[in-house]
Amino acid sequence: MGAGRESVLTPVAEFDSIGLRYGTGAEILRDLDFRLSKGGFYFLTGPSGAGKTSLLKLLYLAQRPTRGRISLFGEDLTGAEREELPQFRRRIGVVFQDFRLIRHLSAFDNVALPLRISGATEEAVEGPVREMLAWVGLADRASARPPTLSGGEQQRVAIARAVINRPELLVADEPTGNVDAEMAQRLLHLFTSLNRLGTTVVVATHDVGLISATPGAQMIRLENGAVLDPTGTLKNPPLPRSGG
Amino acid sequence: MFAWLFASPSERRLLGSRPLQGPTPWIIAIMTFSIMIVAAAGLALTETSARVAAGVHARYSLQVPNGARDLAGVLRTVRSTPGVSGAEAVPEAEMRRTLERWLGPAGASADLPVPALITFDVSPRADRAAVTRRVEAAAPGAKLLAHEDALGPMLRSLRAMEWLSLMLVLLLGGAAAAAVVLAARGALDTHRFTIDVMHGIGATDEQVTNLFQRKIAIDALAGSLFGAAAAALVLGLFAATSAFAGELMGGAALGITDLLLLAAIPLVLTALATGVGRTAVLASLRAAL
Repeated sequence: MGAGRESVLTPVAEFDSIGLRYGTGAEILRDLDFRLSKGGFYFLTGPSGAGKTSLLKLLYLAQRPTRGRISLFGEDLTGAEREELPQFRRRIGVVFQDFRLIRHLSAFDNVALPLRISGATEEAVEGPVREMLAWVGLADRASARPPTLSGGEQQRVAIARAVINRPELLVADEPTGNVDAEMAQRLLHLFTSLNRLGTTVVVATHDVGLISATPGAQMIRLENGAVLDPTGTLKNPPLPRSGG
Repeated sequence: MFAWLFASPSERRLLGSRPLQGPTPWIIAIMTFSIMIVAAAGLALTETSARVAAGVHARYSLQVPNGARDLAGVLRTVRSTPGVSGAEAVPEAEMRRTLERWLGPAGASADLPVPALITFDVSPRADRAAVTRRVEAAAPGAKLLAHEDALGPMLRSLRAMEWLSLMLVLLLGGAAAAAVVLAARGALDTHRFTIDVMHGIGATDEQVTNLFQRKIAIDALAGSLFGAAAAALVLGLFAATSAFAGELMGGAALGITDLLLLAAIPLVLTALATGVGRTAVLASLRAAL
């Protein structure tokens, strides 16, 4: 994978004693201490309810931890102001489990959204969006709205939207859950291509085939809200913070 | 400063709904109509009270003792008093006509004594107190009455109604602002999903707010122009039939300044709605995320 010695020394994300609880309930995540290196490819695994989606939310800044410290791209975001977060979010691509496509926008407009939010002109949007839609096999569905697309097509639009901006960090929550094996392979190829170009990829998945088809990828296994002891059971575990 | 007004087609598509949908244009139209009618009434009252006040400002009546016997002499004395202008005796026939309105035919009866009256104005640059003292000294026993004092209660009532109109205008403006706040919050709830997606992709509060601000501005402008057109129609009908600006208001008509003030109302209301809407959207976004 893309993580070399230099990137190992350059963490994209650092979690330091992170805990998360919703309201007054028990902690969903507890004592998370790890870091994701620049250019790394990570699979986040674990049983349902282990806290994978919550961990991803912390990564793509949809949620603040209730304790601990998170750094992204070298910046400590513990006390970051609300106004500071968008600039970090623009460096992250997210594939949501439920796609999160805007229903009244066409596939083209959904994919173009990150570029437009970043301030790209319409001329600068047209080409890359067409190219990306073609890549995910939806060139002829550019004007279709999400309700008229199948689950797999919606998934591909969501993935195209997540990667259109060439994010530094790509976070995907069960990205192959609604696509066939061939498309899953194509998506994995897209992710590994992006990874080779320097994008750090974090994929939450139950798909063992996906994991085994990605040699060199590292794993983060969550159980009961904590990262499982990596010794023995995990393949290429992420470096603990103390090791960096 | 006004870049938010010029959204690209793709930005306009983000909220999905077309402009002028929902209750906001209608609420603003009703508020604008009400505000303009109340404001027009208030301005007409102001015009009327100003005319009445100007007409009676320096005018006095002098009731001459011993009736017509001393009237000519007192009139000459008053006319020669420095600072007095336009002194005239009120003809007895005119007073009897006035009495007839109240008393019927008995008012014209020779058996009914009528007072002898002289009306005069104090010259604009003269000292009113000094002039009235000279008149009272020149006509001992005569009763001097300032028209301004007699009409004081009515003028005070008119001014109270002017203030009432102003308060109603402010109240309606406040109600319009509150309605816009509610409409903005409703729109935010309707588009919560889109906003969450935009935020997740890196949109700033400013970018999200601009979308809503533009929609609110368009809705408010359309609503206020519609309400203003309806109000202008109604006011025009009143004016044409002289029921409003004519007989009812003592012939007072709205001046060019008044009309300009009325014309500014839809624009002011649009600006108010846009500003309040923007503040409400920003506050909601900050509170929700």
